Amino acid sequence: MTFIGQVLQWFLDGAHWQGDGGIPHRLSEHIAMSGISLLAAAVIALPIGIILGHVGRGGNLAINISNVGRAVPSFALLVIAVELVGIGAVPAFIALVALGIPPIVTNSYIGMREVDADVLEAARGMGMRGRMVLSRVELPIALPFIMAGIRTSAVNIVATATLAALVAWGGLGRFIVDGLGQQDYPMLYAGAILVAILSLIVEFTLAGVQRMATPAGLRPSKAIQKEERGSLIRRNSGRR
Amino acid sequence: MLATGVVGVAEDPWIRWDWISRHLDVIGAALIQHIELTVIAVGLGVLIAVPLGLLAWRRRLFRGPVFSLTGILYTIPSLALFSFLIPFTGLTVLTAEIGLVSYTLLILIRNIVIGLDSVPAEVREAARGMGYRRLNQLAQVDFPLAVPAIIAGIRIAAVTTIGLVTVTALIGEGGLGSLILDGLIRDFKTPLVVGTVLSVGLAVVADVSLASLQRVITPWSRGRAVI
Repeated sequence: MTFIGQVLQWFLDGAHWQGDGGIPHRLSEHIAMSGISLLAAAVIALPIGIILGHVGRGGNLAINISNVGRAVPSFALLVIAVELVGIGAVPAFIALVALGIPPIVTNSYIGMREVDADVLEAARGMGMRGRMVLSRVELPIALPFIMAGIRTSAVNIVATATLAALVAWGGLGRFIVDGLGQQDYPMLYAGAILVAILSLIVEFTLAGVQRMATPAGLRPSKAIQKEERGSLIRRNSGRR
Repeated sequence: MLATGVVGVAEDPWIRWDWISRHLDVIGAALIQHIELTVIAVGLGVLIAVPLGLLAWRRRLFRGPVFSLTGILYTIPSLALFSFLIPFTGLTVLTAEIGLVSYTLLILIRNIVIGLDSVPAEVREAARGMGYRRLNQLAQVDFPLAVPAIIAGIRIAAVTTIGLVTVTALIGEGGLGSLILDGLIRDFKTPLVVGTVLSVGLAVVADVSLASLQRVITPWSRGRAVI
């Protein structure tokens, strides 16, 4: 109880809400760094994934880049960036962009390949040309997958931006890294709470955006949803 | 740049073989600790995920809560999750393992449920017709058919855990992560490169050997893609 009280006290201390080391400033640093990195990763990755998916080439590359991305520890990526360009915001940005690219490439590629050949045939039959097929048919169908990739990248980037405090950059990780270093456990805990809440907000918001990005025609129909609900009630009915 | 790592050396190359040959014992110990931390995490993860996966598969009511809870654990950044534990379990292996196991659960449970869900209805019907009782059917029909999907989950969990173990260097464990942290603190590239290369190599070895294990124990699924 006393420890929770200490954490609460840390949050209530006005000094922790002001200046360059305060919560608002660290939070805005974290959000700005994550947002810019995600944007840069998307600008690089989306054209690659979409074009590869559209022409149907390079599938191995598009899919394996995610596996490679998973195998390279984000911590190592960050330290390598430091060795390349020194400490501060720049190596953090480079590492975050690098780790944000693979999920977006893979998911947008898969999304583009999800488009049924018959659907493309029908679109061409209706008189649509290349660019129109892409913008009116392929991209809307691929959009939920593209959003899934962006969501995965965003959550990874927000998480790894926490580690960037190790390379002399700010963000919410500062509270955790300094809390560890100074054995100031209330500060450590407060930092962890802030980072966890931010990550969950990003995850849930983008999950909502992903649902909204699904074209109406691709959403499960009301009838299917009803059926799903029904199966929840008469569970274990041997339907499966 | 941080302080120069090696006194008297102006230029720090990406790799210095003499450092490696003089520190083989340190590197070996880090590698072994990395493997231990990973094996324990994935092993415990499987032990926890199997009953939870079965529950989520059998009783649809539990599906939402199980996936929400493990999804939340998966979303919380590793450094934050470790930080939540430190005031209680300190800078210990226990802290590291609780965090690492938490991250495997969503991946493992999801693949267990997908695997069991994908057993064709006709197969289950046939098993029932042949007189299989519930538990026997689960053990001898459903579960073996779900093995490829389950191993696919273990592969992802293992590769993810191998990457995350490096972060535990910050709480005094780390395996190969301790080499990476050493490289950062002393601004010395060789341990960084060694730690990174071995960590990626370990992930590849784990992935490939689990994939071959799956081909050996489920020969019927050969040639069929499992994602």
